[in-house]
Amino acid sequence: MTTKPVIAPATDETLSRRGFFMKLGILFNGFAAMVLAVPVVGFLLSSVTRGRANGYLSWVPLGKLSEFPEGETRLATFRNPNVMPTDGKTVDTACWVRRVAGEKFQVFAINCAHLGCPVRWFPQSGLFMCPCHGGAYYRDGARASGPPERGLFEYPYRVENGLVTIQAGELPTPGAAIASLTGEKPPCAS
Amino acid sequence: MRIMMGKIGDWLDHRLQLAAPIREAAEHPVPRNTASWFYVFGSAALTVFLLQLVTGILLALIYVPSAGEAWSSLQALNHDVALGWFIRGMHGWGSNFMVAIVLIHMVQVFLFGAYKFPRELTWIIGVLLLLMTLGMAFTGQVLRFDQDAYWGLGIGASIASRVPIIGPAVVKLMLGGPIIAGATLSRFFALHVFVIPGMLIAFVCLHLLMVLKLGINEWPMPGRIVKRATYEREYHELTKQDGAPFVPYAIWKDLFFAAFIILAVAACAYYIGPFGPTGQPDPTIIQTAPKPDYFFLWLYALLSLLPPSMETPFLLIVPPLVILALILLPFLSGEGEKSWKRRPIAVITVLMIAITLGTFTRMAQFTPWSPHMNAWSSDPVPDRYIHGTTALERQGALVFQVKQCRNCHSIGDTGGQRGPTLDSVAVRLTRDQLIRQVIQGGGNMPAYGNNLSPAETTALVAFLETLHPATQSPARDAARDFVIRGSAPKPATQP
Repeated sequence: MTTKPVIAPATDETLSRRGFFMKLGILFNGFAAMVLAVPVVGFLLSSVTRGRANGYLSWVPLGKLSEFPEGETRLATFRNPNVMPTDGKTVDTACWVRRVAGEKFQVFAINCAHLGCPVRWFPQSGLFMCPCHGGAYYRDGARASGPPERGLFEYPYRVENGLVTIQAGELPTPGAAIASLTGEKPPCAS
Repeated sequence: MRIMMGKIGDWLDHRLQLAAPIREAAEHPVPRNTASWFYVFGSAALTVFLLQLVTGILLALIYVPSAGEAWSSLQALNHDVALGWFIRGMHGWGSNFMVAIVLIHMVQVFLFGAYKFPRELTWIIGVLLLLMTLGMAFTGQVLRFDQDAYWGLGIGASIASRVPIIGPAVVKLMLGGPIIAGATLSRFFALHVFVIPGMLIAFVCLHLLMVLKLGINEWPMPGRIVKRATYEREYHELTKQDGAPFVPYAIWKDLFFAAFIILAVAACAYYIGPFGPTGQPDPTIIQTAPKPDYFFLWLYALLSLLPPSMETPFLLIVPPLVILALILLPFLSGEGEKSWKRRPIAVITVLMIAITLGTFTRMAQFTPWSPHMNAWSSDPVPDRYIHGTTALERQGALVFQVKQCRNCHSIGDTGGQRGPTLDSVAVRLTRDQLIRQVIQGGGNMPAYGNNLSPAETTALVAFLETLHPATQSPARDAARDFVIRGSAPKPATQP
């Protein structure tokens, strides 16, 4: 470090005292920004990082076994496992429960596999129909017609002490964990 | 009084020193031919944007960005707060006007060649401003937290989840959690009220600064070619020889149009009123057919009409390509003709895009692809189709209703339009073809084989065979006639 008059502008090769401190100051701020970035990015991505390893999913009850007659498909509602005080009614979700026979069920997400609109069950024609883009599914959830590329999403279920419970907690979308969960899902009837 | 005002003005300007630059900006010479009614859309967009800022702040005085209370706070705005309905109407209609005016401004700039050298960056920032305007329109629709907003978010999440690898993470980032809930509304509120408006203000300032620095695009003359080497000198000479101060020479048209637009927004708000909210954002209410706001209707139509296998690639590849094309445009044709009279491909491109988007929007207002969920129980089979039919055929008409065929097929002009109308189906299909179509489905129709008894199928097909105009005989299979009745041709079936 050469000592020069303070007022003299630093050339490219030499570094003035003030120039050095300015660069040090920028460096120091860069360090502060990095320290700050860790919690900021961590906060911004908190909803993503928590979802790793299916951290949002848990078992929720749908109702008693007796509420679902054999061979029929009924609408059931459940409350999502993660509730925040400002969620209002949005945490209540509907699903279609098909009791195939005995303790064999199929629990379909209400969301169309195309773009997530709520599908409706028509027992007379044995079809689920979507009001948005016209997707249709058979009673076993298999794709019947329209734009969906796959059948309805199914929740893994189990029957415990006469209660039907499903593993839920995430919006069923083609990329969601629910779309690929196969744990206790019964083999597709089709 | 006037002396007093002048003194205060002088005192302020001695400290602010803004009067001179403002005067300079206001009186900068513009080419005389730009004082045209075609040049008012930029300032109109700015006017509506300022209007949106004001009405938006007013709405924020009452609105509660909580998933549990947003809907009821909108009801309060509509019904309890004095003139709340009008401010909501202004903000909603202002949004529609802003998208429309920004698009018109963009088309005008494109057709007048204003994006060419040296105004490339002005155009690129304009493209970003368009994207932000659309972002404001979408996030604003979410803040109107009703059924359409809720399921619209679901559609957004479904699209986002199709992104390879990071799709699920993008969904959780977008929703602020695993489902559409309180955190979702809060983050769309932050986007709509802080993030995007902040960026809009910054970029609008840059956009305006460049218009001032580079000058308003002169009226394009066929044959006057833009060249990087000479354009700026030519423009400078033009403003020198045939220029006039922007204020008041050109600005009076902007002022008139701005006032007209504000009054038009107010008139729409007053006479037509605010948008929604529709039903409560309760996901257990599934009797709903969500629809996006006007400027996204074309997308709704597109998502219904694209072949399923093309949808994901289209959604993920085409939007970035369109944005890239818009950004690259001034670099690909930064020189040359400005006049639309010498740029037929530019004119055809605009027309094609306008016709395509217009057609899709129009179709999305009818949604012929959506089943009519209540048609089977609300649209009866017209009398004339039952008159004089046999018991079997009438039974078939019942099957036709009960099995919800009406939800997708219309007869007598009522019912869904998802499938073909069946008023003359017997002319198109023979009995065997009808049976096959009903049982096996196909051509986007579900198979009903598992859901109809043979008796029901027989009755249904018997009814369908009666559906032909009196003047046209039904389709028949000549070979079948031959086998069943020898060589004699079968007479036309009685209607």
